[in-house]
Amino acid sequence: MYPAGRKSFLRDGAGAGRDTASGGLSPMFFGNILKKGRRKMSNLTEIRWHGRGGQGAKTAALLLADVAFQTGKYVQGFPEYGPERMGAPITAYNRISDTQIRVHSNIYDPQYVVVVDESLLEAVDVTNGLKKDGAILINTSRPKEELLPHLKGYEGKVYTIDAHKVSMAAMGRYFPNTPLLAAIVKVAEIMDEETFLREMRASFSHKFASKPEVIDGNMAALKMALEEVQ
Amino acid sequence: MATDITRLGVKATWKDLTEGMVIAGAGTSKEFNTGEWSTDKPVFIEEKCKQCLLCTPVCPDSCIPVKDGKRGGFDYGHCKGCGICVKSCPFGAITMEGV
Amino acid sequence: MAKRDRLSGNEAIAIALRQINPDVFPAFPITPSTEIPQYFASFVANGQVDTEFIPVESEHSSMSAAIGASAAGARSLTATSSCGLAYMWEELYIAASNRLPLALALVNRALSGPININCDHSDSMGARDAGWIQIYAENNQEAYDNMVQAYRISEHKDVRLPIMICQDGFITSHAVENMELLEDGEVRSFVGEYEPENYLLNPECPMAVGPYSITDYYMEAKRNQAEGMKHVEKVVLEVAKEFEEISGREYGLFEAYRMEDAEYAVVMIGSAAGTTKDAVDALRKQGQKAGLLKIRLYRPFPAEAVAEALKGVKALAVMDRAEGYTNHGGPLGADVLSALYRARAKALAVNYIYGLGGRDVRVEDMEGVFATLKQIAEDGDTGETYRYLGIRE
Repeated sequence: MYPAGRKSFLRDGAGAGRDTASGGLSPMFFGNILKKGRRKMSNLTEIRWHGRGGQGAKTAALLLADVAFQTGKYVQGFPEYGPERMGAPITAYNRISDTQIRVHSNIYDPQYVVVVDESLLEAVDVTNGLKKDGAILINTSRPKEELLPHLKGYEGKVYTIDAHKVSMAAMGRYFPNTPLLAAIVKVAEIMDEETFLREMRASFSHKFASKPEVIDGNMAALKMALEEVQ
Repeated sequence: MATDITRLGVKATWKDLTEGMVIAGAGTSKEFNTGEWSTDKPVFIEEKCKQCLLCTPVCPDSCIPVKDGKRGGFDYGHCKGCGICVKSCPFGAITMEGV
Repeated sequence: MAKRDRLSGNEAIAIALRQINPDVFPAFPITPSTEIPQYFASFVANGQVDTEFIPVESEHSSMSAAIGASAAGARSLTATSSCGLAYMWEELYIAASNRLPLALALVNRALSGPININCDHSDSMGARDAGWIQIYAENNQEAYDNMVQAYRISEHKDVRLPIMICQDGFITSHAVENMELLEDGEVRSFVGEYEPENYLLNPECPMAVGPYSITDYYMEAKRNQAEGMKHVEKVVLEVAKEFEEISGREYGLFEAYRMEDAEYAVVMIGSAAGTTKDAVDALRKQGQKAGLLKIRLYRPFPAEAVAEALKGVKALAVMDRAEGYTNHGGPLGADVLSALYRARAKALAVNYIYGLGGRDVRVEDMEGVFATLKQIAEDGDTGETYRYLGIRE
C-alpha cells in the first residue's frame, strides 16, 4: 500500500550519521543549534565516573548524588550496566542541578571525569567529550606528568589523588570511593568542605548505624582526601 | 455486576454473565441442567429392584434420590448417562436406552 | 506533608508498597527479579509491614500465588522484569479474565535474544493484549505516584482488573533521582481498605473462581471482561484528581507537553519522554512548534483523547521502544495510527523503533526526529514510515 520508492526500511533520516557506539553526532538539520552550545544550563554539573566492576564507582556516584541532594540540589546518580563481572570497565554518571533534571540519557560531554582505576587510562577513552573548562580527577600515586600522554591532549585541568594511600592510612583497607568522593566534591566545587563533612557524618551515622567503629575512619579518609587532592 | 447464577444458560447474553465468570454460592450445580448433555439414559425397572442401594453412591452426579431408605426414579435433569449405575446393579434393575 | 527524598525507581516502588501494606506479595527472588522484592522483604523482616511475603520458585508461580491470594480476598501483587514477565504469560490472562484486581510492579527490560538485560518495552508490550491495565512512568516520581494510585484504579467496582505499573529498567529503576514522598498515613487513607465483593475465604458465600467456559460462553465472557476495560479511563481520571488533591501533582491519561499549538509532535512512552522535553524546549526557543505526547495509560488505549490532542499537528513521530515485526512498526505506532485513522486525521505520521536493549536516547536524537518531521511536513510526504532511530547502517 506504500508508493514505490519507499523501500528504505531501516533507514533513518534523524539518527543517520550518528555513531551510537561512540555517541558522536553529525550536525544535521538543526546544526545551528548544536553550534551554539544550546541547553547549556550554567547550574548543571555533569560528572562521569570510570571504574572497574567491584571498585565502587557506582556507589561513589550514588553517594555523591546523596550528599548533593542534602544541600538542596536536584540530582541524578546512575550506572551504565555492561558485562556484570568483577574487573570489567564500568561507567557511572552524576547530574547535579539547581533545577529539575528531565533528561535520561547518559553523559557524553561532562564537565568532570573521575578515573577510579588508572589502568583504565589505557583501556578507555576517558577524556572523550570532556569539556576543556572542566577537569579530570585520577586516582593514582604517579605524578601528573606521567599520566598526560594517556589523556589524548586534554587541555583542561588534571587533578590526582592517591586514594590507595589515603584509604590505607585512614581506614586500613582499600576503599577508593570514599577519598575520591571528597576529592571530586572539592575539584567540582559542589559544596563547601564544612557542609560536605557535616552531611557525610550524618550519612555515615545512618548508613553504619550497626557498626559505628567505621565512621571515624571514613571521616578521616574524607578529610585527608580534601587535603591530598592536587 | 450482580452474581446471579440462575441467569446462566446457553441463551445468556454477555450482560447476564458474572464478572470473571465467578460463581458465588454453594451447590449451584443444581441450577445447571447438565442432563441435556446425555445421549443415553438409564431406565429404572422398579419391580426388579431389591432396594440394596448399591447404585446410589456410585452415581457421579447424585442423580439417584433416596427417601425413607428407598431409591426413587432418576433425576434426568442432571444425569449425563454414564451407565455406572447399570454396572453396579446385581439384579438387572437398571438398563440403558438411547435418548 | 510531602517528604523530600532521593531514591532509585526500585526503592520508590518498594516504599510505595510499604506505605500501602498489601496483604500478600509472592515473588521469585533471583534474576530476572528486581530490587523491589528485596527492599520489600527487608520491610517484612523489620516488621514495618504485615504482608505475607512468599518467595516462590518461578514467576509462573509468583503470578499464580498472587492470583490465588487475590481470589481468596487479599490485596496482592508481585514484581518482575523482562523474561520473568514472559514466564507469567499464561497467568496474566487468568488474572485478567477472573477480574482479579492485583498489581504487578514491572521494570521494563529487553527480552532475549540476543541476551540483554537493559531497558526496552518488549516485555510489557508483548503482554499488552492480556487484559491488564498498563500505566507507564517517565521518572521515579511518576513510578511512585502510579503505584500509589494503582489499587484505587484496579479495585474500583466498575473496573476490577489487574494493573501493571511499569518503569524503565536501569534508566529509572537503578537511577537515584529527587522525589517527593507522601506521608505513610496519607497513602494508607488514599488507598483505603480492600473490600472484595466475593472472595474464596468468605464463609458466608462459598464460590468457584475460573470455571471452564465452553464455546457457548467464552465469547460472552470476553465481552463481559471488555466492559471493565471501558471504565478504566474514567476511573484513572477520577483517581488522578483525588491524588492531585493530596500530592499537588497532576496526572491524566497522557501528558501533553507544549502541545497546544504544536505542529510537530512526538508520541512516546517512558523515560525518554523527559529527554524529549529538553529537545522540545530547545526547539521552542528556536521558534519551532514542537510538542510531546507522553502516554501514561497504554492499556486500555485512550484513542479518542490521543487523536484529539494530536488534531492540530502537521507531522508526528510515534516512538516504539519495542519491535512489532509487522514490517510496519511497533505496537504504539499501530495504536496511535489507528486512533488517527478513526478520527479522520490528516497528519503525516512515521513510526520509529528506538532504544532497544538499552540503546541510549539523547536530546540530539530527538531534535533530529523533529527535524525530520519538519522536512516531512514541508515535503508533504512521509517517505518510509517504518524507521529505526540511531541505527548503524
